[in-house]
Amino acid sequence: MYDKEFLRNLSEKAKTWEEQLQAELRKFPERSEKFSTRSGIEIKRVYTPLDLEVMDYLKDLGMPGEYPFTRGVQRTMYRGRFWTMRQYAGFGTAEETNNRFKYLLQQGQTGLSVAFDLPTQMGYDSDHPLAQGEVGRVGVAVDSLRDLEILFDGIPLKDVSTSMTINSTAVILLAMYAVTAQKQGAEISELRGTIQNDVLKEYIARGTYIFPPQPSMRIITDIFEFCSKNMPKWNTISISGYHIREAGADAVQELAFTFCDGIAYVEAAIKSGLDPNVFGKQLSFFFAAHNNFLEEIAKFRAARRIWAKIMKERFKVTNPEALKLRFHTQTGGSTLTAQQPLNNIVRVALQALSAVLGGTQSLHTNSFDEALGLPTEESVQVALRTQQIIAYESGVADTVDPLAGSFAIESLTNEIEQKVWEYIEKIDSLGGMVRAIETGYVQKEIHNSAYEQQVAVEKKEQIVVGVNAFQTKQEHQMKNILKVDPSVEERQITTVRKLKVERDNNAVRGTLKDLKEAAKDGKNIVPYVFDAVRAYATLGEISDTLREVFGEYTESMIL
Amino acid sequence: MRIFRILIAKPGLDGHDRGAKVVAHALRDAGFEVIYTGLRQTPEQIVRTAVQEDVDLIGLSILSGAHLQLSKKVIELLKKEGIEDVPVFVGGIIPQDDVPQLLQVGVKKVFGPGTPLSEIVQEVKSILQEGVTKTGGA
Repeated sequence: MYDKEFLRNLSEKAKTWEEQLQAELRKFPERSEKFSTRSGIEIKRVYTPLDLEVMDYLKDLGMPGEYPFTRGVQRTMYRGRFWTMRQYAGFGTAEETNNRFKYLLQQGQTGLSVAFDLPTQMGYDSDHPLAQGEVGRVGVAVDSLRDLEILFDGIPLKDVSTSMTINSTAVILLAMYAVTAQKQGAEISELRGTIQNDVLKEYIARGTYIFPPQPSMRIITDIFEFCSKNMPKWNTISISGYHIREAGADAVQELAFTFCDGIAYVEAAIKSGLDPNVFGKQLSFFFAAHNNFLEEIAKFRAARRIWAKIMKERFKVTNPEALKLRFHTQTGGSTLTAQQPLNNIVRVALQALSAVLGGTQSLHTNSFDEALGLPTEESVQVALRTQQIIAYESGVADTVDPLAGSFAIESLTNEIEQKVWEYIEKIDSLGGMVRAIETGYVQKEIHNSAYEQQVAVEKKEQIVVGVNAFQTKQEHQMKNILKVDPSVEERQITTVRKLKVERDNNAVRGTLKDLKEAAKDGKNIVPYVFDAVRAYATLGEISDTLREVFGEYTESMIL
Repeated sequence: MRIFRILIAKPGLDGHDRGAKVVAHALRDAGFEVIYTGLRQTPEQIVRTAVQEDVDLIGLSILSGAHLQLSKKVIELLKKEGIEDVPVFVGGIIPQDDVPQLLQVGVKKVFGPGTPLSEIVQEVKSILQEGVTKTGGA
């Protein structure tokens, strides 16, 4: 980026500066002998053009909206329109969540994001013995199409974009959403939204897997194929680093493992005959924003460059739209503290700012009371207002990628990229991500990182304000915690049992039989799931049908 | 002195196992023998493992909000098996209001987010030591 003569002069100047500094350091030592990030990147005292000696502006940064997209995936970024403000919500019954959605839309939220309860995520109806105590707890309970009709009542699905955090049962929820939209009079080709549908990270970090990896990969490629033909505006997967990070990974591991998952999906889809130039446009990503502000900004910028290179160089993709890494960000739930909960508002604001400076396409800001329980309407409002303040008041959204060219940021971006490539090579050498998960390598890496971090907190090498420093006596004064009505479970069970009597059970049996045959014969199962959903087959019944064909996965115990 | 055996268990459908694994790791480093059940164990499975492995203490990790039902069920089953003297600890996202109820159903100790590992290890040690003195040592 700089001419040789200039760099030579600067190098001499820097040397003299360092020499003069030594005397000063003897008198006034720094806070620490070494400064580094959690992912092991050493932070230098000062960064200069010397750190960017080998960087080539056109090759490594380029213009916004152009390869390798370091500066952003659009030419105008937030000057065109702000990121989508999308708060993850859902609890209790479909009626209650429908009310929360309407409230959020009224408050200026621009997209919906649905949280489902664990039985829905695990393919059990509310009346299943394993669902006991879990119905409507961490999200909304869905048993059949009827619940989705209520969930989106009065919300025109052709106009909103909806993200659904659903993985092992994603194909069922996708079908329920699409059929609900059709019943509202919409065409499914115009629907916008995302299903998470990222099963590989469930095995390593999030835990809601049902089937073994191979059939899970097949369901995912079936969805890719169906949507590239019928729902071209729909993001078929959200390849997620968020949960990997929350499980304890550092920033470099977050990117590396996410991209290894991504590589596995793209390989599986190519193997089943799909063109990455086509389905590549419908891939989206999901990352966490944690506390180290500069490292996080650099991480998001590095992520775009790495994925573009993977698609171009590894998979020979030529369509620029399929090279762009588009991502959602959520602030880090595990960084929230139960102690002095109001401090979390500040943590969330800084994390959210890093995501915006990193060029995110959508953002969820956590509520300050989430280490204590489910967020209340008040805390959700503060979280949303945090995004609105960044957008409308701070001015950071008025120019594209404002921190580009910062010696520190560019240098960190380069270092993160380098370390991520090293990890990807390591996973390749282990035989790819599915293999690395089956052997437990990835789980072990994440666990070790989580443990090291906790030990660092205990030794006070890492300070958590209000937890291991600056504690106060008054704790847990939060009285205002959202309670899920315990009668939700009962009501949900009554409704699903009633449905099973009232519907046309011959139609249900027929569609489930067809689905089973299709799953066995290797046909694309998506249209068969649509038929079963339309006949009001329940989520549990459809999941059981697939369990009969594909079996269930049991994790290997890794500690 | 004999080595105490501790069962760390994840009841219910919740998949958040970071805390469970980190606590298991810390207890192992502190010299205990630790058995970790893995995800999604029913209370029946947990109690069966507790009997089979002859454990001295059970730690339940729950972040889904189902802590009241699940802890109660585990303790009921322990009573049925006649091993209600095995102390039960609970960790996770537990609203402060629910702590008295948990203690009432027989949970010995509740650990919320941000609890130092050293505190958990210390509590485990002191409760097991207490058990040893009561029974006259082992």
